[in-house]
Amino acid sequence: MTRLRDCFQSLEAAGRKAVIPYVVAGDPQRDTTVPLMHRLVEAGADVLEIGVPFSDPMSEGPVIQLGHERALANGISLRDVLAMVASFRERNQHTPVVVMGYANPVERMGYGAFADACAAAGVDGLITVDLPPEEVATLNTELKRVQLDNIFLISPTTPDVRISTITAEASGFIYYVAVKGVTGAGNLDADDVAQYLERIRRTTSLPVCVGFGIKDAASAASVANFADGVVVGSALIDTIAKAMASGADEAQATEQALALLHDIRSGVDGVASAA
Amino acid sequence: MTADINPELYASVPDQHGRFGQYGGKFVAETLMSALADLEQLYREMANDPDFQREFDTDLAHYVGRPSPLYEASRISDAIGGARIFLKREDLNHTGAHKVNNTIGQALLAKHMGKKRVIAETGAGQHGVASATVAARLGLECHVFMGAEDVKRQALNVYRMKLLGAKVIPVTSGSRTLKDAMNEALRDWVTYVDNTFYIIGTVAGPHPYPMLVRDFQSVIGREARQQSLAMTGRLPDALVACVGGGSNAIGLFHPFLADDSVAMYGVEAGGHGVETGEHAAPLSAGTPGVLHGNRTYLMQDDNGQILHTHSVSAGLDYPGVGPEHAWLKDIGRVNYVAANDDEALTAFHRWTRMEGIMPALETAHALAYAEKLAATMSPEQHIIVNLSGRGDKDILTVAAIDGIEL
Repeated sequence: MTRLRDCFQSLEAAGRKAVIPYVVAGDPQRDTTVPLMHRLVEAGADVLEIGVPFSDPMSEGPVIQLGHERALANGISLRDVLAMVASFRERNQHTPVVVMGYANPVERMGYGAFADACAAAGVDGLITVDLPPEEVATLNTELKRVQLDNIFLISPTTPDVRISTITAEASGFIYYVAVKGVTGAGNLDADDVAQYLERIRRTTSLPVCVGFGIKDAASAASVANFADGVVVGSALIDTIAKAMASGADEAQATEQALALLHDIRSGVDGVASAA
Repeated sequence: MTADINPELYASVPDQHGRFGQYGGKFVAETLMSALADLEQLYREMANDPDFQREFDTDLAHYVGRPSPLYEASRISDAIGGARIFLKREDLNHTGAHKVNNTIGQALLAKHMGKKRVIAETGAGQHGVASATVAARLGLECHVFMGAEDVKRQALNVYRMKLLGAKVIPVTSGSRTLKDAMNEALRDWVTYVDNTFYIIGTVAGPHPYPMLVRDFQSVIGREARQQSLAMTGRLPDALVACVGGGSNAIGLFHPFLADDSVAMYGVEAGGHGVETGEHAAPLSAGTPGVLHGNRTYLMQDDNGQILHTHSVSAGLDYPGVGPEHAWLKDIGRVNYVAANDDEALTAFHRWTRMEGIMPALETAHALAYAEKLAATMSPEQHIIVNLSGRGDKDILTVAAIDGIEL
């Protein structure tokens, strides 16, 4: 719980915004994720979002679906994901790590066992796409017991009355889904996002980060004007997958993704320093 | 059979959170939560609105052709020499299956919400056809998501949907069957939620779908109850229906739940045999989990990944089941059993040849079990089987299995 709070506090003090890359654990290979996590931090990531592969990723667009499929083909389970975070923590104790996934693997492990395993691995927060506030009470009790943040999604279709319900349950940060749709789809409208973030901020002092539709430095910069952070997932995963499909080796593919993240970092920082 | 049946118990589910005991609920992405709330509110109003109910009943009478007959299958019953088997002839409905009862109801809801576009998932294609049919009638744009594997094995229904003006989208992700079609339909809905009504075809998915699909399908059991009383002077001793998601089974069972003399059997797809792991029988061999918006029994591995399923019938080839069935299993009100591919195919042929009724392969699972059950009962006892759909759509599959090229 403290890592996310400390991270956003120090970013705010420095007048900077968070860059949050999302990768699927075990994609493209089982042993590439932990080195990639370190490289992402070196390239400017403030928080890492690690996807837990699921057989039925209902909110993902084609790019991240394929990431889940590759990870599952590599035999990656929720326990493996937590082991990767634990391995990452051997060399990095300060970068917050958030795991993002679907309810069923967590249900299967059991809420209590999952919370304990996350705490032991050094996970800081959890995003569960298909656990809205109505269904999350039991899990939240377990997460609070081990001081894990539960990060909720708020979408363009969330009415004000639900916004306050969600922000009352949330901790860590709020994740605003900038477009109606699946990950990697559509183009976000920065003015719409700005207006919506105002409605969220009326109900909470938590940082508000924006994801879905951040593809490059320009789209990241347009949102960093008023968000506390940007999440980028599909664009990174697509860069790696396309590079490897066109014959690049794993190291070259990673370099291309890191270059994209570096661009996004620059876009976000350009905004922050101009503000 | 449970000892004490409490009529109020069955009327009390789902609760206000959409739960049937520990099952059901609304496990979906935040973007869909408002759409579900809107649907629930509209449905609660419409369920008590006499005009809506009249419109629904009129469509069922004049467009679907209800009531569907209750037919005594004398020849097969005589041959077995056990309980008399009656068929609730949902195959005689317009479009050839029970699915249309629900799509008529949901299309009326879509109309009341002013939605111009409907989407549906389909396995065997019966729900897709029933959705395309009501969309054609109301002039709505219709997109049907269907696993690529099912597109292949249900080619006749695919073309029917196209003739009706629907766009059929083959889904190539995952196992390329019904569960993946439902994933893709949910992805479409989350993208076009403002103008789109999602017509879910079974008693699964997030609340309020399991409730409203059950309510629309319960016309089957209400009619069967009256018809049984009129024809035989009493209630049946047992009900049998196949269970994929479970809409035809709930439709038959629900109006009888408080009748403690009526035993109930839900027949899942045993595939190559439940013991082989290659089946689609989550109630027989699964564990509780969360998929497609509800908590229910699932076929899953130790890590919570959903397993591929197998059934000769596309409409039963699904790793989950409606949450009300999960609850009815746990409280012991309904017995859930399985029939294998081979048993279903044998029943398909026998009922076609001996009664002149060609059942859908889904339905053939129920018939296969009903034969076994009848043999353990006496000729004074009655079984009603939900003859949920007709088998024309399956003739290419059956011919291929029999090694015949058409």
